[in-house]
Amino acid sequence: MLKVIKPGFYSSIQDSGRKGYRDFGVPISGAMDTYSSRLANTLLGNDRKCAVLEMTMFGGEFLFSTPSIIAISGAEMHATLNHKPVSNNSSISVESGDVLRFGRASQGFRSYLAIKNGFQSKSVLNSRSQYKSITKSVSLSKDEILHYSEFKQTVIDSNASVKYDQRILTDYILDVFKGPEFNKLPKDQKHLLLNTDFSVSHLNNRMAYQIEPLVPNNIDPIITSPILPGTVQLTPSGRLIILMRDAQTTGGYPRVLQLTEQAINCLSQKTTGNILKIRLKE
Amino acid sequence: MDPQPKYSQYNEHSILIEWPPIIDENTLNSVLIFKNNILNHYTKLKVEVIYTYCSILVIYDFTIDNINDRFIELKSIFNTKGSVLNFESKVWEIPVCYDKEFGSDIEAYCRQKHITESEMIALHTSSIYKVYFIGFLPGFLYLGGLDSRLHLDRKNTPDLNVKKGSVAIGGKQTGIYPQDSPGGWHVIGKTPVELFNPSGQPPCLIQPGDAVKFVAIDKHTFVDIENQISDSKFQLKTIPTDA
Repeated sequence: MLKVIKPGFYSSIQDSGRKGYRDFGVPISGAMDTYSSRLANTLLGNDRKCAVLEMTMFGGEFLFSTPSIIAISGAEMHATLNHKPVSNNSSISVESGDVLRFGRASQGFRSYLAIKNGFQSKSVLNSRSQYKSITKSVSLSKDEILHYSEFKQTVIDSNASVKYDQRILTDYILDVFKGPEFNKLPKDQKHLLLNTDFSVSHLNNRMAYQIEPLVPNNIDPIITSPILPGTVQLTPSGRLIILMRDAQTTGGYPRVLQLTEQAINCLSQKTTGNILKIRLKE
Repeated sequence: MDPQPKYSQYNEHSILIEWPPIIDENTLNSVLIFKNNILNHYTKLKVEVIYTYCSILVIYDFTIDNINDRFIELKSIFNTKGSVLNFESKVWEIPVCYDKEFGSDIEAYCRQKHITESEMIALHTSSIYKVYFIGFLPGFLYLGGLDSRLHLDRKNTPDLNVKKGSVAIGGKQTGIYPQDSPGGWHVIGKTPVELFNPSGQPPCLIQPGDAVKFVAIDKHTFVDIENQISDSKFQLKTIPTDA
């Protein structure tokens, strides 16, 4: 098992999402950056549904008491195992008594810790992803114990590393589809959406990212309609709200754009003040 | 003849199906039948749906290769003959205590509407509310049929914490908060009933297409039902629908 010595800024268990309950109003949840979380699982030969630990802004400190192999991917959080640096995107053996520490993200914003066969926290409605009112808690806390199955393997050689595409961390262009209400916008507002340098507001979390500046508009509200992670809503006051993995399933603000999956992953690695551009997908 | 809905691509793996933007029970039936037929058609492919008053979002578990093939497929599912709703719609009785202790906005609400509390309760408990869909929060029912005499715009500033079970009015709608949540509706009462249970199968007993009726209860009964719920002895009642 793994003991949480320090949870970090905001760390939670996430998997590939709570599928099949969205018509009950249950958000999909799951890892924010599915590219990095999947890569961490792939490095260990895990199923893509295996639960990983998602750390935000700065990571935690963890004590292993069972041997296994782990992989770290996503933001660079300067991990050390027993004070020795370990690199992202490779598989690493851990022994009983090993301590893994993470620091502050220097590139990207979310880092993923995968373990062989996944973390075995309680599955609720087919998923281990932590979410308010579904799972008992929404994030990791100090002294919490996470279970995983023992796995013993002698040294894993370097060819177990997989090429990680750093653009997930460095790209600032978000590819989008037109949203269902895009064409209700007048020409100059369409132009503004696609040609402004936006920046991430301090209101950013697993539910939504707001971006600045405002886009003043007269577009009418819509009858409550389906929404997805990556849907960009435009409010009457001109705020642009990009819905993320924990977003609700329906909404009444006009849906002006829809991010591609890759763009959602990329945005998940951004934080307050980061610059963004929006590019319409052909 | 039923209007044909419109199909459009929403993202790499989803298709949006839209009816004209009207809230009525004919559209609801169209949406529910189509939604059921879609889920039955795709059993092996793992498809999810989100649906609201007049649209369905079909979410595939894979990237769509040829969008036109999927449009054609969906249209043929829509035109399947002999489609009927495969469940009997029920009317559920929801007990609500309209005491000021629970309905923190009752006084302000009645003042703004120029009605007495007993008039408000009589109106709120007299309608049968159709369940259109579930959204906003896990287990939040979108209900149609609020008497126009009870309509009142949402609060300008939402409350940070509306309590679980709160029964509220916002604009032309009424609803029940299934969990503690921020919210801008006027809270007029509270139900002891659990609307969403993550360990239940299904997690919501009440389904779109069903209806609910509110029944006024006093504080004593409220506590009584709460105790029955914690002892797992409470069961939601349905009203016979022979009318």
